[in-house]
Amino acid sequence: MIALQPDFCDIALPEGEHYSIEDYASSKARWCSGCGAHTILNSVQKLCNDKQLPPEKTVFVSGIGCSSRFPHYMKTYGFHGLHGRAFPVACGVKFRRPDLNVFVITGDGDCCSIGAGHWVHAIRYNMKMVVLLFDNAIYGLTKKQTSPTSPFGTVSNTHPAGSVLPPINPIQATLGLPNVSFVAQTVDWKPAHLNATLKKAFDHPGLAFVRIVQRCPIWMRDSYEPTVKDPDAITVLNHENGIVLDEKALKKFRHVNEHDPSDILKAREAAEMVKETTPIGLFYQNKEAIRYDEYGAHNLGTAVEDRIGAINSMMDRYAI
Amino acid sequence: MQSTSNTTTTKTDIIFDRKTIKEAVVEIVSDSGEGAQKCGQSLGAISAKMGNGVWTVEIIPAEIQPPARSKAGASGIRVRMGSNKVTNMGDHADIVVALNEQVLYGRIDQNAYKSGTYLLIENKWATHTPETQKAYEESLAQFKELGYIIHEIPMEKECLKHVSDARKGKNMWVLGLLCNIYDRDLEIAANQIKYVFRKKSDKIIQSNLDLLHAGYAWANENLPMHFTIPSRLSDEDFVVMNGNEALSLGVMAADIEVCSMYPITPATSATHAMAETIESAGGIIHQAEDEIAAIGFAIGASYAGKTAVTITSGPGIALKTEFIGLAVMAEIPLVIIDVQRGGPSTGLPTKVEQGDLLAVLYGAAGDAPKIVLAPSTIEECFHYIILARKLADSFRSPVFVLTDANLATGVQPFPRPTIKPDWFTGPANQAPWKKGVKAYDWDAETGLSDRPIPGQKGGMYTLTGLAHDEESHVAYDPSINQRAAESRSRKLAALHKTLKVPVVNGSETGDLLLVGWGSTRGAIEEAVERAREKGANVSSLHLHFLSPIEPGLKGIFSKFKKVMTVEINYSDTIGNPLITEENRRYAQLAWYLRAHTLMDVDCFSNVYGQPLSPIQILKMMEKQLDLTLID
Repeated sequence: MIALQPDFCDIALPEGEHYSIEDYASSKARWCSGCGAHTILNSVQKLCNDKQLPPEKTVFVSGIGCSSRFPHYMKTYGFHGLHGRAFPVACGVKFRRPDLNVFVITGDGDCCSIGAGHWVHAIRYNMKMVVLLFDNAIYGLTKKQTSPTSPFGTVSNTHPAGSVLPPINPIQATLGLPNVSFVAQTVDWKPAHLNATLKKAFDHPGLAFVRIVQRCPIWMRDSYEPTVKDPDAITVLNHENGIVLDEKALKKFRHVNEHDPSDILKAREAAEMVKETTPIGLFYQNKEAIRYDEYGAHNLGTAVEDRIGAINSMMDRYAI
Repeated sequence: MQSTSNTTTTKTDIIFDRKTIKEAVVEIVSDSGEGAQKCGQSLGAISAKMGNGVWTVEIIPAEIQPPARSKAGASGIRVRMGSNKVTNMGDHADIVVALNEQVLYGRIDQNAYKSGTYLLIENKWATHTPETQKAYEESLAQFKELGYIIHEIPMEKECLKHVSDARKGKNMWVLGLLCNIYDRDLEIAANQIKYVFRKKSDKIIQSNLDLLHAGYAWANENLPMHFTIPSRLSDEDFVVMNGNEALSLGVMAADIEVCSMYPITPATSATHAMAETIESAGGIIHQAEDEIAAIGFAIGASYAGKTAVTITSGPGIALKTEFIGLAVMAEIPLVIIDVQRGGPSTGLPTKVEQGDLLAVLYGAAGDAPKIVLAPSTIEECFHYIILARKLADSFRSPVFVLTDANLATGVQPFPRPTIKPDWFTGPANQAPWKKGVKAYDWDAETGLSDRPIPGQKGGMYTLTGLAHDEESHVAYDPSINQRAAESRSRKLAALHKTLKVPVVNGSETGDLLLVGWGSTRGAIEEAVERAREKGANVSSLHLHFLSPIEPGLKGIFSKFKKVMTVEINYSDTIGNPLITEENRRYAQLAWYLRAHTLMDVDCFSNVYGQPLSPIQILKMMEKQLDLTLID
């Protein structure tokens, strides 16, 4: 048996052991053809491979929805739980297991609607984990109901005349939360940016919140096609401390804004840009934010004699 | 101390005879915040330390600061002390100390007093505002009519001789008064005060000691009733605590590392009790953002190989229900403590009810079999957590421990448990997973299987709440769902095989068998004992395993002319408007036993929010058996 120590997130591989992409792939994904989740799955498997994460030390926790099927397609440990409840489960997994690489896979309904309360608090707990919000702005698995991130006027089965409320902006909302430490946005159809974002998120010492704007070719084709096709629709937030693209990749974008991710007020301003464009990049990062998982792991490995000693001293208080 | 002597010499050398009594029931009632509970808890602890049997139960208003001098605002405590072991709150109070007369009404409505009960009432209200004076005089006149014996006590006046604010200190003066009335050892009492105020300054400790001695001396000189309750000091080590404190020690001794909770009355004090100790004991408390997150977090920790508990009450169970279903479906070990309170909805947050049994057994979508235990004493609150944790691991299942507000706040001495190193199993298994073994390798007979824990090489699987096969793959074939459901259910049958037939208290045949569960055991068994002394042919049976249900019940029931459950929850009463045999809704255990045994199990239950007293049960038996059982 291995006694778990608080500080080893990076596991040295045994001599000669190497994981290939196939070592992370499980059964064939059952998402619809053209769904953005497929490219995210590829990108995540690439990240695991690049980082050589031991599959047994890696846990994908999801809720319910199209995106939440994700753990079934990884050959790691997975937890496909309840609608909206990926955050508390993932936090419970990480709390006393600093050695595990934890990923949360959640959708716009899962995170921003039924699980919104947990979203708020998970950001505040700031445990080291990567959170991927697959935001296709629609309820897909239940067949086209308005989601909290559906653009105003979205025609859906619950709002045939168009949705009647403005959407939640998950970036803006997350940036408003206490102890927030990493907020980024990317899109599923720009693999270079997606890969670079995931890598940056994985390296962050805290909770890395990544909203991935995702295509739903079945229910939201009209909504995404303009963004996907129009080179003017995306604005890159660029900075040496942000998501760094090589020159060639960066040149493919027409609009590039310099944005310093250490400035939360500027980050909140940038989050407002969504009305005109889709900003991608790192909005905000603070590597010094308090981490609740460090508190959770602080007394790991207390010796049994000491544990019994503490219980007995408490019991002494009740002794007759 | 002088448990055999009937005579006491005090500092003032007044000598009087003490009447030896077998037991006494004392209440201290006041407005909230006057320290009545601290006074009663101290009296209980002192008596336990002297070797008396003790049971205390708190009288709690629902609000933190209800209006002063209000009928509903009674805050206080009942202490029952005896020569023998005391298992319940008893019938009527013998002596009541009231810091104002209004708070007595609530207790009178609850039938807590009898003709001849001494009421020792603060007399400062007799010289208060005209309105208060009038209320005071009217109340005292009413109390006299009800047959209570009234002593007006100048508590405020006497306390002001020692402290400037009598509100802070009256409780310790009253403790001194009661110590004199019941011949309590003053040295033990002084040590108790030093312990209670251990975090305060020496000056505060001294002032409380002065009040204790002053109250003692005043009672000695001014009161006519003085008793002694013989006690036996045992060689065995004892501890004295309430049920929530016992639960908290049990959680730590059960090697539980993660206690994930959300504040809810009356469960939260269990977390308070362990808060200062748990981190030294190798565990940690997570106060979650809500009840759902609390169980989700515990489930996540357990999935990752960390033993976990979540502690809540009925409304919390309602919120956690979906996750409980997941824990059953995905076979996640977890201890769930439900300190029951009055329901439904927000109900009676501070009062006792055994109202969650059916919700816990059946409150899930689909079939969700799980293990359900019900401790019946404070001592069992400790040991059952250790049992629950072992069962959760062995049966890869959530395990419920149902206690209630009566156990939570009741205080009783019990033999000090010895914490065993083998209760601590060490870090989760991280050895490579056995090749070829599936994540749910259900044993064909028992349904049992081992589980892989993240970190175990080769054990990777994706846990899911969807119907799944042995490899935890989503089951698209409905026959897998049938087989998986059978496997989960069979785990209960496997546990059932290991249970013993429960032992009947009293004769194994008779006219009436009372069946109970949980905190009512002391009251039921005392009532049965008293009825048997009067010649009634009654017995009782107390169930601790509710799922799986204990074996042999049909055989036991068949030897009695009548079987009825005694519970603190709602049931219809035949004879009430519209209620007939056809539409009567039974108490929760009665429903369950009727279904289980196909026998005509009757029930006696109510939802007054009070613990059952032996006399209530005796009255019910008098009707059932047509006998006189009460003097």
